[in-house]
Amino acid sequence: MTLRLFIPMDAAALAVGAEEVAAAMRNAAARRNVAVEIVRNGSRGLYWLEPMVEVETPAGRVAYGPVAPSDAESLLAALLGNGAHALRQGPTEDIPWLKRQTRLTFARCGVVDPRGLADYRAHDGCKGLARALSLGPAATVEEVVQSGLRGRGGAGFPTGIKWRTVAQTPPQQKYIVCNADEGDSGTFADRMIMEGDPFVLIEGMAIAGIAVGATKGYVYIRSEYPHSAQAMEAAIAAARRDGLLGDRVAGSSFAFDMEVRVGAGAYVCGEETSLLDSLEGKRGLVRAKPPLPAHKGLFGRPTVINNVLSFASVPIIMDKGAAFYRDFGMGKSRGTMPIQLAGNIKYGGLFETAFGITLGELVDEVGGGTRSGRPMRAVQVGGPLGAYFPRALFDTPFDYEAFAARDGLIGHGGVVVFDDTVDMAKQARFAMEFCAIESCGKCTPCRVGSTRGMEVIDRIIRNEERAANTALLEDLCSTLKFGSLCALGGFTPYPVMSALTHFPEDFGAPSRLQAAE
Amino acid sequence: MPHDTRKPSSTFDREVALERMRACLDREGPLLPILHALQEEFGYIDEAAEPLIAEVLNITRAEVHGVITFYHDFRRRPAGRHVLKLCRAEACQAAGGDPLALHAERRLGLAMGATAADGSVTLEPVYCLGLCATAPSAMLDGRPVGRLDEVRLDGLLAEAQQ
Repeated sequence: MTLRLFIPMDAAALAVGAEEVAAAMRNAAARRNVAVEIVRNGSRGLYWLEPMVEVETPAGRVAYGPVAPSDAESLLAALLGNGAHALRQGPTEDIPWLKRQTRLTFARCGVVDPRGLADYRAHDGCKGLARALSLGPAATVEEVVQSGLRGRGGAGFPTGIKWRTVAQTPPQQKYIVCNADEGDSGTFADRMIMEGDPFVLIEGMAIAGIAVGATKGYVYIRSEYPHSAQAMEAAIAAARRDGLLGDRVAGSSFAFDMEVRVGAGAYVCGEETSLLDSLEGKRGLVRAKPPLPAHKGLFGRPTVINNVLSFASVPIIMDKGAAFYRDFGMGKSRGTMPIQLAGNIKYGGLFETAFGITLGELVDEVGGGTRSGRPMRAVQVGGPLGAYFPRALFDTPFDYEAFAARDGLIGHGGVVVFDDTVDMAKQARFAMEFCAIESCGKCTPCRVGSTRGMEVIDRIIRNEERAANTALLEDLCSTLKFGSLCALGGFTPYPVMSALTHFPEDFGAPSRLQAAE
Repeated sequence: MPHDTRKPSSTFDREVALERMRACLDREGPLLPILHALQEEFGYIDEAAEPLIAEVLNITRAEVHGVITFYHDFRRRPAGRHVLKLCRAEACQAAGGDPLALHAERRLGLAMGATAADGSVTLEPVYCLGLCATAPSAMLDGRPVGRLDEVRLDGLLAEAQQ
């Protein structure tokens, strides 16, 4: 009997020792003369349990974690015996943290072997593409429109509308571009998909190509994700050998091929028009819109540009139908959102769920509070350009409009937890500093205002003319918000103003409690 | 294993550079792939490469220079034998990354962005490695490291100083 184990090759699992654990398990098995097959899967996203080792049993997969290399001998003994071990978490699918989720986009991530199409197909892969081919391009576009899917990169623009716009342009060279420049701190969902289920992204992009009449795709991956780039390269090569990519996609009359491009460490290239300039081999400067990328995108051609999660959600929408997906969620936020719990949090990881769950449920119930055990003070939602929320706003439901109504944003779904040791004036200053480091330089408010913003915050912290400088900071934030072409300059005011509004005591002002006395 | 595992920096060689450049010319928008190839080959992008690239792509040297200097990744001089990147972004700040960065700077006697005089290590800030649920994070020569604490960091620093 061969023992079948699953040990992730996901970068975050590797970062905490998955490679060493795999080697130790292999050695332990060799010493005992036990045959093992170790599948290097993606991560299930339960990162506090990584490195997680799963074993296949007649009753399904059983999880153990977090496993250290020194646990290999005792773990192997347990796997060959009755399975009992201090690190046993039970059947993976029954772990409450996972069971509570609705995994649509991440249905296969951590489950399948990401290196081959056989496992992908055995887990419902390629079914969305098959249905798209049978429906034809126009009906495919309408299906995506009807699903209510909105861009998961952060802006939340309806994906189907983008596709329809490109589909309506006259036949010519068109492009599908995947934005995998996942630069927001606290986010890693794109990385997990590329490393754990790369074929779903390829399938999603191929469906997009067929739907709008594009034959060439690019995945623009940030250079900080070398493992993702390597996984996508390997998956694309496998898809070409398989016929999923090429002159006749899955045996159809449609052609589609794609290639990986690696960024070069510029956060602003996550902005779609900067990304297009970067792909063209230029400085990643933001473009003014119009023209929309859908009309004049990459090399001036009609281009669909979507986030990894948007493309990766398309196959299940096509497979199960628009209504299936649309039935999840609330308001105008339809379907599910892969939320990423990060920072100072006890149970951090990937939590995919229907829109509507509150921030408090996410960080307290699901996340289990802070890892340090200290009281939670602030939560930044939506990356470096997202607002800091105090506990008083934890009743906000995860929904594009609900967060906007409270001067925040859900962005790409990153949730970063801070305990009570955080200095919110320092965080506000960092937001301006980050904007100064990463500004592409096109818009003056962003290029110059970010540096001036740091100086003003420094003066406020030093208690120099506090009232006048606070008014100046508010005015500067307003200029940034309305005078910048993209979200870097436009949204940097969110973390700054939310810190100032909700945590004035950190800026030297009397706290609300003191003021009330 | 990861593609940015670096080989040691080497002296700029015009013929080798041209060969690496030509291999990228069948790609649309070849400038970034060319710059990555040159940095992979030599460890940095020599000033002498600028006019060469300009000629091959039929663009101005100013355009080439502008692109090289826009992106944080491209180096203008060789890095140390090891490159240690410490994440300085919010999720790692929340998990105690700031004191660790200070610790690394003090132990190495280097400011962020600087290379040791003996050429052993370059210490760099990075803004997110996507390892935010196992923060604080670092990357040593392309190898990701999570759940960093002072003990683990000291191990990395010792490795980097070799």
